[in-house]
Amino acid sequence: MNFREKLAAGKFVVTCEVGPPKGVDVSDMRRSAERVRGKVDAVNVTDQQSSVMRLGSLAGCILLKQWGMEPVLQMTCRDRNRIALQSDLLSAYALGIENVLCLTGDYVTLGDHPQAKPVFDLDSVSLIQTARELENGHDLAGKELKGSPRFFIGACVTPEADHLEPQIIKMERKVEAGAQFFQTQAVYDAERFADFMSMVRHIKVPVLAGVVVLRSAAMARYMNEKAAGIHVPQRLIDEMDKAPDKAAKGVEIAVRTIAEVKGVCQGVHIMTIGMEKRTSDIIDAAGL
Amino acid sequence: MKAITKQKTLAEIEKMLEKNSKVFLVGCGTCATMCRTGGKDEVLGMAGKLAVLGKTVTGSVVLPTVCDALDQQAVAENTKAIEEADCILVMACAYGVQTLALYTDKPVYPALDTLFMGQEMSPGIFSEVCVQCGECVLAWTGGICPLAGCPKGLLNGPCGGSKNGKCEVSAVKDCAWELIYDRLRKQGRLENLKKRRPPRDFGASVKPGTCLVDDENGEQT
Repeated sequence: MNFREKLAAGKFVVTCEVGPPKGVDVSDMRRSAERVRGKVDAVNVTDQQSSVMRLGSLAGCILLKQWGMEPVLQMTCRDRNRIALQSDLLSAYALGIENVLCLTGDYVTLGDHPQAKPVFDLDSVSLIQTARELENGHDLAGKELKGSPRFFIGACVTPEADHLEPQIIKMERKVEAGAQFFQTQAVYDAERFADFMSMVRHIKVPVLAGVVVLRSAAMARYMNEKAAGIHVPQRLIDEMDKAPDKAAKGVEIAVRTIAEVKGVCQGVHIMTIGMEKRTSDIIDAAGL
Repeated sequence: MKAITKQKTLAEIEKMLEKNSKVFLVGCGTCATMCRTGGKDEVLGMAGKLAVLGKTVTGSVVLPTVCDALDQQAVAENTKAIEEADCILVMACAYGVQTLALYTDKPVYPALDTLFMGQEMSPGIFSEVCVQCGECVLAWTGGICPLAGCPKGLLNGPCGGSKNGKCEVSAVKDCAWELIYDRLRKQGRLENLKKRRPPRDFGASVKPGTCLVDDENGEQT
């Protein structure tokens, strides 16, 4: 069964992500992927994450496929106009990639090429719509395609956004446009996440809770202050503060969070940001 | 709407003028005065800085608005000083520079960078309000432009990047979509956010924009 089929069958899925290298040496990326082989249902490949130029997500997905793993192609609207995005969607499908996560993308000035021209011709909603139009056999200009793709279209939502109402309205729009699954921004407060899930119960699309592994209390405080849509409760920060082994405590908290959210969502998306060994530790300890 | 400008660095101006020793200065009494980049005080200040660089200022004038046809008259009234100069340094927006260039054969240099079309929200604080997209969306966005106010120009609601009402690009910039959400909520018009918006038609704003108004039958092309 592939990722789409597992979600359709009601299996609790696990995904994670790998970041392509800045350069052409993919050995670290391969090591990261090997650590989660057989433990995850799909692996996201990030698209110039944080607006930092790297090897592309499409190439990363093809490599994952060659290594025998199922990729999720992350696509942002930051760097390509609608012609390039449609073309890359067709290319991805022709190369056997069906899972696509449609994102708006971070702004250019957040990354390492702040002088670059920001594109944002489409946004996350219209990118989803675009993938759907291609599936329907025509492009955004209404021109007929010779052979149409079939995608499994994902999108992102932020359950801890300052204002939930516009988030939920946007989530509804994404579903109307064609989103078939959601990955969320990091979740640390299972109770609040359960509240969010009950608010979106009418949206009948599987949701994978985002799990970002804590490295330290300082990281948690930093995210609370700076990162949009992330809220680490004080009790977890205190736990990290007191723990002698921060890595083990971070894994333990992630495992606990997964156990707490498991009943209210359809899977988890684990982001360890360069520490994929911990992804595999979490999956083992969580019994997924 | 005003042209919001900032003065180029003196080093950049010096580089532009490297082959010229005599300069005529033009300031602008409208937008550049408001921005404190090309009014009377700034023109005087520039004359002083150019003198320090060893340039001769043959004359100067602050026109009410550099971006209109009265430039022709101003050039005529200052013929002698302009003739003496190697070039004209214009302390006005790019539109003013281009308008003035229509009426003189002297090289015309911009002393300012034109940043955006905006307005003064409070004294000394200027904000971009319009990007001339050619298909105004203000009817359904509560009178707040997401194309000018959101760095990504998003049409389908906020991205995941706002924190405490501020934009991911700058902690001092309000998230335009938070402002739009607040206003529409107060107006009881949140249903406006529930409609999916198609991608922008960039064909509506192909550069250079041109528009012909036909007075006889009141049509625009």
